[in-house]
Amino acid sequence: MIVYVLCFILFLTGLYGVLTKRNIIKIVIGLSIMEFSLFLFLSLIGYINQGIAPIVVDGMEKARYVDPLPQAMVLTAIVIGLATNAMLLAIAIRIYRKYGTFDVRKINSLKG
Amino acid sequence: MDSFIPLYIILPLAAAFLIPIIGRFVKVFQKSISFIVFLILTCMCVAGFFTWDRETIVYAVGGWMPVDNIPIAIYLVFDGFSIILLSVINLIALLTTIYSIAYIEKYTAENNFYALLCIMVAGMNGVVLTGDLFNMYVFLEIAAISSYALVAFGVEKEELEASFKYQVLGGLASLLLLLGIGLIYWSTGTLNIADLSVLLESYTGNKIIIFIQLILIAGFGMKAAMVPFHAWLPDAHSSAPSPISSMLSGVLIKAIGIYILIRLFFNMFAISHEIALTITILGVISMVTGGFLAIGQWDYKRLLAYSSISQVGYIILGVGIGMLVMANNGKQEIAALAIFGGLFHLINHAVIKGLLFMTAGAVEHVTGIRNLNMLGGLNKAMPVTSATSFTGSMAISGIPPFNGFFSKLIIIIAAAMAQYYLLAIIAALISIITLAYFLKLQKNLFFGEPKINLDNLKKAPLAMQFSMVVLAVLCIVLSLLIIPGVREVIITPAVNVLMDTSNYARAILGG
Repeated sequence: MIVYVLCFILFLTGLYGVLTKRNIIKIVIGLSIMEFSLFLFLSLIGYINQGIAPIVVDGMEKARYVDPLPQAMVLTAIVIGLATNAMLLAIAIRIYRKYGTFDVRKINSLKG
Repeated sequence: MDSFIPLYIILPLAAAFLIPIIGRFVKVFQKSISFIVFLILTCMCVAGFFTWDRETIVYAVGGWMPVDNIPIAIYLVFDGFSIILLSVINLIALLTTIYSIAYIEKYTAENNFYALLCIMVAGMNGVVLTGDLFNMYVFLEIAAISSYALVAFGVEKEELEASFKYQVLGGLASLLLLLGIGLIYWSTGTLNIADLSVLLESYTGNKIIIFIQLILIAGFGMKAAMVPFHAWLPDAHSSAPSPISSMLSGVLIKAIGIYILIRLFFNMFAISHEIALTITILGVISMVTGGFLAIGQWDYKRLLAYSSISQVGYIILGVGIGMLVMANNGKQEIAALAIFGGLFHLINHAVIKGLLFMTAGAVEHVTGIRNLNMLGGLNKAMPVTSATSFTGSMAISGIPPFNGFFSKLIIIIAAAMAQYYLLAIIAALISIITLAYFLKLQKNLFFGEPKINLDNLKKAPLAMQFSMVVLAVLCIVLSLLIIPGVREVIITPAVNVLMDTSNYARAILGG
């Protein structure tokens, strides 16, 4: 159980970063931390103590296998996370070129 | 019959793949291929209404059929509710493509624009069709990431800032959804929506399931811009290029926000009074807050964006009342009427908001100004834009004989019949407020004294006028959906899908 709690604490750490940091790169880092805590959570779901990789071969029908579905989900989610992070950082770099700062308080041309 | 379903996802994806390769050598390839793809898909939807026998069609990806009623593959599910969303998505995408032919000339990277548009439509079609939770998340991210890029398409200060805000909040929403999906898999061991709806019946009142429901409401509420989570919408929708604004406001928030919310909470979770109440209250708050915030706006597109929040509230309100009546075991007819009103307003709002953002784009394209204070008297200089914008404004404020009147009327009648008189009064009052801010828009923009020299203004290009006129005509034609004969063909199957909650699982799992 303790690992799930640690996982949730990691999620909240990321959320704290997103909500309180003023540097947009740090906000991106916060989002990544949240993302990775979820990957950890997903792979924990499928974990079985002393389970082995689910490859069925002759003579091993009764073995304890870990659940392969969350692993496939994590792989897909990592690829999506890569796309999201690349997009965020690309926009962050463009923002730096236009505004000359990473500070969210100075990036305020939209109001209302 | 079922082999055409994957085409809704394959065709736009293939187009998106080919555009950057072939579009580099052939000048008009990007426009023509996106036009052809969306035309084919729209025709498929329209043909579907005539030929399809109203039975749920299930397509098992890879041909993996259920074993002992346990689904082992991803299913694409085509039913009365999906077809409505599919036709709205592809119709607006088609008209957006025609509109963009003229609008997008001022940007440099035309290939990227059309490729991203195709990916976004593929993602939305996938979200609407899929019957698997994780697959839904993947398609949702496909649609969302391409929309982040499209919002930033102008790469000026405002666009970048809006896109960043949109990405951070959209990213948070996606993570909440992934957390919810992970928790669902943890507690039930399956991801198939039909399978889950059978399993979750035995989990009624379970604390974890309630927690999951709240997380999912927060996630989809962020995607659909319901009021406590709406901060990104006015920036993102007003900074995007106008054809994209009409896609985002018209269909994206509905496909990846409202549609899945409705689908999951009717067809997957067992309906409970508390959750129904939460959804209804969120709808009312969005409706009221969006309406009041829109009054103070002086930017054409920003006003429309706030109005979107308010109108999304109407849709949620209609569906939420239906849910409340079903949870309290009230009369089935009242629930059906409320859900009908919500879905009808969903279709209407897609068409009207698509039209209004296109007129905003036309005004901006011709004059270069979006501020309502700096313009006036455009009805002489731009007659088509003025007339279509007037149609859209009257339709969305609920003036008969336009479609918006009928859908709002049905929602209000359903609220009164279900004895939520307060909600009925609020809905009617917000309708008047909607009329107020759209009259302000019309007065400042198209009537009154011109504030700039209008003599040398060109008219909007023909491609833009065509899209706007088609949508304006649809604003009147869609009123026909209220007529009983037409209603039974188009919207009633969707209402039945939502009302008969166990039917969805039966159709997919068999037996």
